[in-house]
Amino acid sequence: MTALTKADLAENLHLDLGLNKREAKDLVEDFFEEIKHALEQGKNVKLSGFGNFLLRDKPERPGRNPKTGEEIPISPRRVVTFRPGQKLRARVENYVRPDDVTTDTGSEFHT
Amino acid sequence: MIKSELINILTNKQKHISEKDVSLSVNLLLEYLRETLGRGGRIEIRGFGSFCLHYRPPRNAHNPKTGNRVVTKAKHSPHFKPGKDLKERVNASKLNCEIKDDDDYTSEDDGGSVSSQSTNLIL
Repeated sequence: MTALTKADLAENLHLDLGLNKREAKDLVEDFFEEIKHALEQGKNVKLSGFGNFLLRDKPERPGRNPKTGEEIPISPRRVVTFRPGQKLRARVENYVRPDDVTTDTGSEFHT
Repeated sequence: MIKSELINILTNKQKHISEKDVSLSVNLLLEYLRETLGRGGRIEIRGFGSFCLHYRPPRNAHNPKTGNRVVTKAKHSPHFKPGKDLKERVNASKLNCEIKDDDDYTSEDDGGSVSSQSTNLIL
């Protein structure tokens, strides 16, 4: 299965909402760009029903080059973490990958 | 930034799409993302990041209140890996700004926090 891309999202908006292809493409582009822009301004982004993109400042920590074993400090940095919301987690929790079914004796069918 | 603010920003940028359609689009986009992950799919947004599922095997756990032992069922949880551009831009911004969390968000142009918050809840 191939991954969902911006082109797929734009195509879906075009089909479901009747936006023309150009408009749909621009909107999808701007949607992700504005989320990035907010994060870049130090703003946490909270999309209800989906999840929160949260910023964290990490202090410097010791690391090492796995190839040479040489110790080098990892510089302090700011990172983005994603905390999925209830609605998304609930949708995903009961997904069973076809190969998992055998090891996972149907305990997920609880409807 | 919350969803209603994102919708406002996008509406101001897209002069030719009505606010209603922008709002519908944002909610549809989030639904496409949820739907894809919900059927075990992967999402790849160049420059932003990728979403996939991580498998969580069943594990022995116990209820800390009662001490009862339970075996949790196997499940999947959503995982996000930030893309190169997002990672670099966020890290570069570390020097210029503090992290702001607008949980106590109120509209900037009026004192009517009640009305502005109720709008946020609807969206």
